Amino acid sequence: MLKRLVKSREMILLSAILVLLVLISTRFPGFVAPANMANVFNDTAPLIILALGQMVVIVTRCIDLSVAANLALTGMVVAMINTMAPGLPIPIIMAIALTLGAMMGAINGLLVWKVGIPPIVVTLGTMTIFRGIIFLLSDGAWINAHEMSASFTGFPRAVVLGLPMLSWIAILMLGVFFVLVTRTPLGRSFFAVGGNPHAAVYTGINVGRTQFTAFVLSGALAGLTGYLWVARYAVAYVDIAGGFELEVVAACVIGGVSIAGGIGSVGGVLLGALFLGIVKNALPVVHISPFWQLAISGSAIIIAVAFNARANRTQGRVILKSAEHAT
Amino acid sequence: MSVLKAMLSTVAVAATFVAGTAQADDVRIALVVKALGIGFFEAAAKGAEEAAAELGGVEIIYTGPTDTTAEGQIEVINSLIAQQVDAIAISANDTDALVPTLKKAMQRGITVISWDSGVAPEGRELHLNPSSNPLIGNMIIKLAADHLPDGGDVAVLSATTTSTNQNIWIDEMKKVMGNYPGVNLVATVYGDDLADKSYRETTGLIQTYPDLKAIIAPTSVGIVAAAQAVADAGKIGEVNVTGLGLPSEMAGAIESGASQSFAIWNPIDLGYSATMLAYNLATDKAEAAAGAEIPMGRMGSLTLDENTEGAMADPFVYDSSNIDDFKSIF
Repeated sequence: MLKRLVKSREMILLSAILVLLVLISTRFPGFVAPANMANVFNDTAPLIILALGQMVVIVTRCIDLSVAANLALTGMVVAMINTMAPGLPIPIIMAIALTLGAMMGAINGLLVWKVGIPPIVVTLGTMTIFRGIIFLLSDGAWINAHEMSASFTGFPRAVVLGLPMLSWIAILMLGVFFVLVTRTPLGRSFFAVGGNPHAAVYTGINVGRTQFTAFVLSGALAGLTGYLWVARYAVAYVDIAGGFELEVVAACVIGGVSIAGGIGSVGGVLLGALFLGIVKNALPVVHISPFWQLAISGSAIIIAVAFNARANRTQGRVILKSAEHAT
Repeated sequence: MSVLKAMLSTVAVAATFVAGTAQADDVRIALVVKALGIGFFEAAAKGAEEAAAELGGVEIIYTGPTDTTAEGQIEVINSLIAQQVDAIAISANDTDALVPTLKKAMQRGITVISWDSGVAPEGRELHLNPSSNPLIGNMIIKLAADHLPDGGDVAVLSATTTSTNQNIWIDEMKKVMGNYPGVNLVATVYGDDLADKSYRETTGLIQTYPDLKAIIAPTSVGIVAAAQAVADAGKIGEVNVTGLGLPSEMAGAIESGASQSFAIWNPIDLGYSATMLAYNLATDKAEAAAGAEIPMGRMGSLTLDENTEGAMADPFVYDSSNIDDFKSIF
């Protein structure tokens, strides 16, 4: 029963994406060409990576609004490191980005876990703090393409087996998160905590620590994306990815992650992110007045969420299959 | 021995006096900037020195606070009043806060003008704008047309749909499109001054208009993102990205060839013109009044409007020949 419903919810989204693609192709046939679809996927890759981190946070009944600011701060720091030490290999840069992002996620997590501040308040605060720190670090100045080393900006666009590294990293993260949330005790505890925190405590799960871990994961992915973002657009400044946190949350919600916690899947998040990515990439080519574009993006989100809300209602919140069969 | 010593020191004192009087005859112009240590203003000071050398008998006092505050500038102005300089040319940190202090300076017979960032009309004799909306509108289309001898399709990548400056410049550009036959404006898209959206809109333009020859981006975020998108799409040489940007931010795009040229004000010319104007007002060679035309050396002359403001010149064009000189400046 559960499996069928999950499947059908994702099927609805998948068919919505297909209908969308058909509609776009009637106005601009070139959009559905394989090469362009690869470009769209690549363009959506940062959103996919961030949405995976956001998913585990939302599943534990929290929210992380600081991801875009975390991304911007990490991006600025690694760009500055690159200008000072252009010879530093990319794996080290990425390790720094992951660590720095995870540290910022840990700050969110600790404030939620140990101080008990509501996550939306914590991350709204850290969001502005992170942006402020970027300004302090950079004095408001930009780090530009010619100041970055060729390998630094070249890595995300290096093509391996037909796809840029940016896409491959998103695919790798999808795989890692699929295994994490479906096959590991930690992954299952995210759902337990979000589905019913009281029951989770009785099963021996530390709710606060699980939420902390979710924030650290989300932060680490935001940090990694920070490097990829800065390298891809070859520029770092205070406002990069401004407002992107809302897009990340939207991708999760469209993908069927319940904002009330406890429900979500890697496949759903992928489709949710792709849906937004396709809309964002299609709007410029289908000759829709820019004045309408925001309204169209917004309506698409609400319609998708309305579909999901209906699907969620019928489904209920069942986390243990055996228990469901027993009743 | 002691007589000789006394004579020598007398000569020395006399020499100082002579030098002192020579200096007092100089026209002393203070160039007050928002803060010291900013490349843009250092370049303006270079222009001021150039004007001083051309005029002769002019001493430039380049000064400003250490941080960009109005309070810091007020202190600087007070000390300049005490030094009895002949003219103050200021790029203000605040439109209104400096007015009382600058009024005091004018009451003491000091010529006060503002440049770059203006002061309210009652606090200065004239204001020098780096450029004007019609000049910018014309320049951005000219930049694209200059590299399109046979004409072709161009598109505009703006900031947001509600950005006042960009909308005015684009309107001014459309007014003069007729002067550039064969150049076709096919679309105006909005990157919202976000690097990722601007990049995506540029990719969309390249896909939608295969014959696109140039993208005009009159916004510093947009022009950089567009250049990157063109480079990533492998369209360098086919699509020229141009518009308004800063040399430090655009150096990479000029180097890669994604952008042939772009424009922005030249701080050296600005410092030069401000000095020329201050000199002409301080020496009563000209008077700041609505409709007046005040000469400013090699930059032509400044025509003042009813707010006693004027526009210096067309935005300055940067390309591969001069980008290296400017990329470290601003």
